[in-house]
Parts: sequence; C-alpha cells; structure tokens
Amino acid sequence: MNPMPLVALVGNPNAGKSALFNALTGARQKVGNYPGVTVERKSGRIALPDGRPVELVDLPGTYSLDPSSPDEAVTRDVVLGTQTGERLPSALIVVVDATNLDNHLRFTLQLIALGMPVVVALNMIDMAERDGLRIDVERLSRELGVPVVPTVAVRRKGIDTLVAELSARIGAVMVLRAGHAPETDFTVLQRQARAIAAAATIEEHGARRFTHAIDRVALHPIVGPVLLAGLMFVMFQAVFAWSEAPIGWIESLILAFQNFVTASLPEGFVRGLIVEGVIGGVGAVVVFLPQILFLFLFILLLEASGYMVRAAFLMDRLMARVGLSGRAFIPLLSSFACAVPGIMATRTIDDPRDRLTTILIAPLMTCSARLPVYAVIIGAFIPAREVGPGIGLQGLVLFGLYVGGIFGAMAAALLLRRTVTKGASHGFMMEMPQYQLPLWRDVVLGLWQRALIFLKRAGTIILATTVVLWLLLTFPKPPENATAPAIDYSIAGQVANGLTPVVRPIGFNRDIALALIPAMAAREVAVSALGTVYAIQGDVEAEGQRSLIQRLQGRWSLPTALAFLVWFVFAPQCISTIAVVRRETNGWKWPGFMVGYLFVLAYVAAGLTFWLATALGL
Amino acid sequence: MSSGVPNGMSLNQLPLRQRARIVSVDWDGLAQHEARRLRELGFDEGVAIELLHHGPMGRDPIACRVGRMTVALRRAHAAAIMVEPDTRQ
Repeated sequence: MNPMPLVALVGNPNAGKSALFNALTGARQKVGNYPGVTVERKSGRIALPDGRPVELVDLPGTYSLDPSSPDEAVTRDVVLGTQTGERLPSALIVVVDATNLDNHLRFTLQLIALGMPVVVALNMIDMAERDGLRIDVERLSRELGVPVVPTVAVRRKGIDTLVAELSARIGAVMVLRAGHAPETDFTVLQRQARAIAAAATIEEHGARRFTHAIDRVALHPIVGPVLLAGLMFVMFQAVFAWSEAPIGWIESLILAFQNFVTASLPEGFVRGLIVEGVIGGVGAVVVFLPQILFLFLFILLLEASGYMVRAAFLMDRLMARVGLSGRAFIPLLSSFACAVPGIMATRTIDDPRDRLTTILIAPLMTCSARLPVYAVIIGAFIPAREVGPGIGLQGLVLFGLYVGGIFGAMAAALLLRRTVTKGASHGFMMEMPQYQLPLWRDVVLGLWQRALIFLKRAGTIILATTVVLWLLLTFPKPPENATAPAIDYSIAGQVANGLTPVVRPIGFNRDIALALIPAMAAREVAVSALGTVYAIQGDVEAEGQRSLIQRLQGRWSLPTALAFLVWFVFAPQCISTIAVVRRETNGWKWPGFMVGYLFVLAYVAAGLTFWLATALGL
Repeated sequence: MSSGVPNGMSLNQLPLRQRARIVSVDWDGLAQHEARRLRELGFDEGVAIELLHHGPMGRDPIACRVGRMTVALRRAHAAAIMVEPDTRQ
C-alpha cells in the first residue's frame, strides 16, 4: 500500500508558518519526534479538493539549507529526502513573509532549485498592504516559475486556493533537473532575491509604523526594562490570583469523587488504594492544572505577539555579564513553564558552549511542576495578607522564589562559563519580527496540547509513583502489638529513616525525606506524597476531612517549611529533565554533572535558609 | 577600503534614525558563522540600513532596520559594518 503523499511546509523563521499550518490542518495535529534527534515533528492531515488525503509536516524555520543548528539540519534533510524515518516530500509549500520578500525569497530560490513541486504562500499579505507595499503576484509567480498564492494565515484567507494549487501539483510528473547544480553562492542568491522582490513590488511607502511605535516604548532604555519587569511581576501575581476559583472547583470535584467511591466500596485494601492512593495522589497534582495553564498562557502570548525577542534584546547585556547571550533568555523563560521544552528550545542557540551552559542552568528556572509544591507550602505557612495595594504577601514570596532561582542560575552560569564551558562567546544576532495580535485559536490550541501533556503525566508517571509509594507506605503492616506509628514499619518508612540523618541538618523531618524519594520522578509528586503520608499516618476519624495544608501547619516549623521551599528552587527533581538533557547532550556526562551540582546547591541553600530562619527566631 | 568612502563610518557611529547604506562589510574580520548569520539576516553591500534602538545598558546591543527587516546585534559585530549616511533624504 502506498502511504499518503507528504507535503512539507518550509520557510524562514517568522514567516507565519505555524499559523498557516494551524489554518491548513485545524486541530487535527500530531506532535512527535524525529528518530534519533530531539526535533519535534508536527504533522497533520489535509484533504485535497478531489478527496485525496495528504500528510502535511511543519518543518523548523530556517534561513537557508546550510544548517547551523539541529533544527535546521532536519529541515534540510527532509527536503533532500535524507532524513531517517521520513519519506521524500511530494511537494513543498514555501511560506514567505510578504513584508520581507528581499530576505525570504533567497531561501525560496534555494528550495525551488531542488526541482520538486513548489507552491509559494505569500503570507501576511494584509500586513504588507498596511505597510504600504503592493506586490504584483503574477509577476512574482513568473519570476520564480512556480505558483504564488497570497494568504493571510491568521484569518484563513487564501487557504482554499493554496490547497487547490497544491492539488494540481501533487502527482504531476516532474522532470528533475539532472546535472543542474543549484546556485549555492549566498551573495548571488541574495542579490537575485532582491532583484525579484524589486521587480514584483509595484509600490512602496511607509514601513512598519505600528511595530516601530510600540518598539519606541518597549525598547526604550528606561521604560523598556521597567515594562519587562512589570510584565513578569503581573504574570506571577496573576498565576496565583486567577487560578484560585478553578482550583476550588477541581478540589470539590475530587472530594465528591472520593466520597462517592468511599460510599460505594466496602472498606479494605482496594478502597484505601483507590481513595487515598489513586484519587488522592493524582488529584493533588491535577489541582494545579489552572496555574500551569495560566503560566503557559502568558508565555504563549509573549511568544506569539513578538515581544519575547524584545525581552531577549533588553536582557542581552545582562546575560552577557554571565557569559550568555540574550538568545538564552527565551529558552530560560520557557523553562518557567517546563524545563523540557526550555531545554529543547536551546537548539536555536548556535554556540555550543552557550547552549550547554543554558541547558545546565535551565532547571533552575522555576518550572510549573514546582508550583504545586510552592502553593501548598506558601498556603500553609505564609499569611494571605496584603503588603501593598494589590500586592499579596503570598504572591510576593512566590515572586521571591522565582527571583531566587534566577539569581542561582546567573551565579551558576558565571561559574560554569569560567570553568567547564570556558571559551569565547558567539554573541547575539537575531531577527525582530513585527508585533502581532496573537490569535486566540492558536493560543487555545497550544494550551490544549500543554494540558494534554500534563494530564498524561498525571495519568501515567504520577499515578504510578503515587500508587507505588502508597504500597511502600502501607506494607508491611505493623505487628498486632505495635506501639510506634504504622508508617515506621513500612518499607518507605524504613528507607526514609535511613535518609533522615542526612537531611536533618537542613531542617527536614522524616516525612520530608519520605516525600523527596518519589519526587525524584516528578517534583509535583512531593505534594501527593505528603498527602499520602499524612493520610496514612493520621487518625482518619479526627483528620479525615482536613486538607493537606491544615495537616502541614501542625507538623512543620516555619524554618523547615522555608528550607523545603528553597530545596525545591534548586534540587534537580525531575526524571524527564534529566532524560532530555541526556538526549540533547548525547550522553550521561552532562546530566550527571547537572544532577550533582544541583543537589549540592540545593542542600547548601536549604541549610542556609533553615539556619538563618532559626537564628532569626521565625 | 572604508577610508576611501566619503562620510564613511561604522554602523556603531551612525546616529539614531539616520538613514544610511552599507558600503562594505569586513566579512573576513568576522568568524565564519557570524558572517554567515549576518548574510542570512540580509546584511550586504548596498542595502539600506537605519539604527533604530540601543539596549538599556552600555547602549548595547543595537537594533537596526536592514532592508525591510529589523535585526538585533551587538556593537562588537556592528563595528565590522561600514555605512554611508543617506544625504538625499
């Protein structure tokens, strides 16, 4: 059987490729990975007008077929048909930004020269008109020798025409230009591109007034940084404030579910496992879905609007001080959502040493998985009062934890850049795209994909670890005449007892030692682990309905709670992160190094916090 | 070569919002990958250029319009780009 034809979507960065991909495929997308490399493979199905299905694959944006990063190498290998695990595309859709023909046509010329069927999507044609640019589409098509379809991907304009043109090209017999070596001289191609752009441009006046007007404020030497700091602050306050109500709904849903199961099952092992282990453990993590989604919402909006690159611009000099570039700011900011996509985003950094340093410090950015831990501890120990108009103390402490992570990361980068990743830096060169109003459809799609990934984690790794922990905490059962708490007899209790002397100096008790073990799999498990520990330990009659927060308040001192928070700022407690670092650095050397240095950092920082807080009499 | 150009100056010395044209780029003075990236971003002899912004600290990096694109780069690299202010505006 013939697999359905493959069509690749190719283009420069910032050509609006992803928006066009979304417009063409709708929500019918599959996100996977290319074998052997960690480059994301995004594909979807489209139906041609005659009913034939076609698989569309969205390739990483690149400036030329001369790759300078693993992402760009995949784009080259797919269009040349040399990528393992991918068949040769039957046609290419080349996406060009109509406002930036000079530059984008160069890559288009390179692609056309490959000799496979090509349709050019002249995207963002509305923006070009707004900029006072009029383009002769027929002339452009004639100069390039391929069909050109004007599109506005974000408003789904021109999509049908594009698909119709594509349909006419797929299956058509192409004569490969044998013996014709494609022009490779960069300058020659660039000048050809400029000549074609000039020929196809009928009229040109004004330029990007809108973007320039915003940039005058956003990149202003004083207003710009203030605006950036304000945006970050609002983002973290909002994550806490806006998610309060939805968290309440999820909590009552979980409780209702637990009550339902308790009422419908006979008392015993199975009921305990389901109510405390499964629903309790997974529920404790699912509750944080709203906060995680709000954080991703901000990051997606900053990314889609074009502001992220401005933030990189403002931060470059500061990053240069610790031996990095502004480019590292984007992966690091993404790491606030999750270090895994953050570390994968370092592939856009072409300097290998810059990239390695960024990977090693990315886990120090407070990821969303830490939020559940922070939220529980802050909720239990930090009073919810206002310290200023609209500024809550809880939000302020949370902000402080984020800042702590950032300073830790900067100090680590400074040190790494002078020792293990020593060498000259490549600097900072980046295109600044036009500002755009993010499309709700694309943002919602992005959030949906993130929510699915999170829930999948909750349903697999988190479910498995909480169930295993529950079993380890429950067995073996204490003897009949036991005097000590039941937990002391369990396997987990005994392991934790062994670990306790190690963590006691930094203020951690046995329960914390117990929670740290499963939290190696994923940080947020610490919360469900504590929930499970206290559910088993507690007198069910008296404490059954008390929340984890109330239980913690009675058991931990404030210095212990603060030390626990600081531990989570630094500790490398996430298997997925370690795995992705191994993949990205091709070996165990760097993830091993990372885990080692982060544990030392976490231990020392948590210890300092505990001793200081105790000395201050907190 | 740049000394032979009337009003020749490096991109670093160009005043903000002064339209100019690139007269020469010291490609050999740049590392190979830096030169390639600059070319990819549209830097070439004869292209219109305008300095738009500089960074908040030490006026570094800079953002400039190159052709129809806005590009951010550091002053260390901008020093390799010689420009000639446009007197026709």
